[in-house]
Amino acid sequence: MNVLAIDATTYASGVALARDGQVMAERTTILKKNHSLRLMPAVEELMNEVGMSPAELDRIVVAKGPGSYTGVRIAVGTAKSLAWSLGIPIVGVSSLETLAANAKLFPGWICPFFDARRGQVYTGLYHGGAALQSIEADQIVLMEEFARRLKERDGSVFFLSPDVLKHQEVIRDVLGERALFADEANLFMRPAELVRLGMEREPEVDTHAFAPAYVQLAEAEKKWLASQAGADDE
Amino acid sequence: MAKTSSSAWKTILAIETSCDETAAAIVHAGTEVWSNVVASQIESHKRFGGVVPEIASRHHVEQMTMVMEEALREADVTWEDVDAVAVTEGPGLVGALLVGVNAAKAAAFACGLPLIPVHHIAGHIYANQLIEPIQYPALALIVSGGHTELVYAAEEGSFEIIGETRDDAVGEAYDKVARTLGLPYPGGPAVDKLAAEGEASIDMPRAWLEQGSYDFSFSGLKSAVINKLHNASQKGETLEAADVAASFQGSVIDVLVTKTVAAAREYEVEHVLVAGGVAANRGLRAEVERAMGEEGLKLTIPPLKYCTDNAAMIGAAAYVAGKEGRQADMALNANPSLPLY
Ligand SMILES: [Zn+2]
Repeated sequence: MNVLAIDATTYASGVALARDGQVMAERTTILKKNHSLRLMPAVEELMNEVGMSPAELDRIVVAKGPGSYTGVRIAVGTAKSLAWSLGIPIVGVSSLETLAANAKLFPGWICPFFDARRGQVYTGLYHGGAALQSIEADQIVLMEEFARRLKERDGSVFFLSPDVLKHQEVIRDVLGERALFADEANLFMRPAELVRLGMEREPEVDTHAFAPAYVQLAEAEKKWLASQAGADDE
Repeated sequence: MAKTSSSAWKTILAIETSCDETAAAIVHAGTEVWSNVVASQIESHKRFGGVVPEIASRHHVEQMTMVMEEALREADVTWEDVDAVAVTEGPGLVGALLVGVNAAKAAAFACGLPLIPVHHIAGHIYANQLIEPIQYPALALIVSGGHTELVYAAEEGSFEIIGETRDDAVGEAYDKVARTLGLPYPGGPAVDKLAAEGEASIDMPRAWLEQGSYDFSFSGLKSAVINKLHNASQKGETLEAADVAASFQGSVIDVLVTKTVAAAREYEVEHVLVAGGVAANRGLRAEVERAMGEEGLKLTIPPLKYCTDNAAMIGAAAYVAGKEGRQADMALNANPSLPLY
C-alpha cells in the first residue's frame, strides 16, 4: 500500500510517505510558520524525492485533531481534496493517539496533550506495552483536573507534549514523582507513526462528510447555546 | 499530463471561499458557465446576526469537496477535461480563504494541473464578462458586505482603486441599521424591501468627504439613524420604520450613484459595471440605471447569482489571469488583505 500521511496539528508540520507499506521518507519541521506555506510544498518535495506520482497513492492519512483549529483544518482540507480528486480512501487518526504512539512501548499510562489556553489541554489517556490502547477518549479539560483524575490510578504516567513547560508545574504538584516527562526528541508527533496507525484501520466511509475532530464547539456557538439556555430559564 | 501552455487553460475549475459561501464552478473560456455551485451558510450565521469566521471555516471544510464534485457533475466533465484549477487568494476572512486555497492546491497537485490565484474583487468585476464583454476603459462599483469600492480599469487586466470605504462597507451599514430596526440578518434585502414601502422624509447626512474624493464613509449615517430613533423615542414619538429605511437607503444610494457618475465623467469611461451582493438592491439598481441612462453610458449589472459571492466569477477572472500566465506554486497562501492586481 502506498500511503501519504500529513499533519498540521501543532506548529510542527509533518509529512510521511510509504511505498508498499514501508515508510520511505518522513519530514517534520518545527517552525512557527504558516502551514499553508509549508504543507503542500513538503508533500511535493517528498513525492519527488521518493519518485512517486500522485496517481500511485492508495491512501491518504491525516491527523484529524484535536489541536489548532486552523492547522487541523488545513491538514484535513488538504487530505480530503487529495483523496477525493485521486479517488482513493482517507483515514483520520487522532492527533493525540499519534503523539501517544511515540511512547507505545512504555508499559503504563500515557498522557499526550496540547495546550488549549486558560489552563486547559486537549488530552486523552492511553496505555502502552504490547499495544497502544485508548483508555479515555480525547477531550478538552483543565490540566489540573485531569491530573487529579490520573492520581486515582496506580503507577506512573508518561506525559508527552510540545507544550509541556506550560503545564509541568501543575502536573508535578498533583502527581509528584509519578509523573514522567518525554525528552525533547519525543514532544512532537511522528509522521511515520501516522502512516502506521492509518494503515491499520478502516478508511472513512464518506470522504466528503469527514470533518476535523475539534472536540469543542466554536466560541460563538457556546455563547449562543448559553444564551438560549438562559432564555429558557426565564 | 501537466499543461504548460497558458493558451490551453480554457476549462477552469474555480473555487471561492472568501466569506460564508462555499463555491465551485466550471467556466469555459472565461465566459461560458458550465456549472456554478454555491453552498450558502446564511442560515447557519443568522442566529449570530452576522458571519462568525470560525463557524464559516468549519462549514467550508465540511462542504468543499462535495461542492467541487457537484461542479464537475453539473458541468458533465471529468478531471480529464479540466485545464486548470483557480482559487480566490484574497481578500477575505483568512480562515475561510485557507480552506479554498488548500483544497485547490491539493486538487491541482493530485491532477497535475496549473493553479491560478485570483483576487476576489477582480472576480466581482469579471463577473460582468459572463453577461457581456467589458468595454474599456471601464468603471466598476463594488458593493457588498465586505466591500465598497470604485475601481477604474483602463484595459483588461489593469485595475486601480480610485475610491473605497474609510469605515463600514455598505453591506455592513445595512446589517447594522437592520438590527436597529429589528429586521433580520442579512439586512440588505430586508431594508430594501421595507424602504420600498416608505418615504425618504427624514433628513439623513450624506458623507461626501473632501472635494473630488471618491472614498466613502457610512459610519456617520449609521449613527445618525440610531440617534434619530433614540431622540424620537425620548420625545415619546415614533418614527415609521419604513420611512427610516427609505431615508437611510436614499442617502446610501445618493452617495454611491453621485460618486460613480462623477468618476465615470472624470475618467471618461465607456462602460460602468456594478457588482457585489448589494448590487441586488432594487433601489440601487433603479437609480444607477436612471443615472447612467441620463449620462448615456453603457451599464451592466449582473443577475443576483453572479453578484453575490460565487465561483463562476473566479473562473472568469482566472481565464484572464491565465492568459497573462499568472500561476501559483504549492506555497500559495491565503492573503486576507491582498492588494488588487
Ligand atoms: Zn464578494
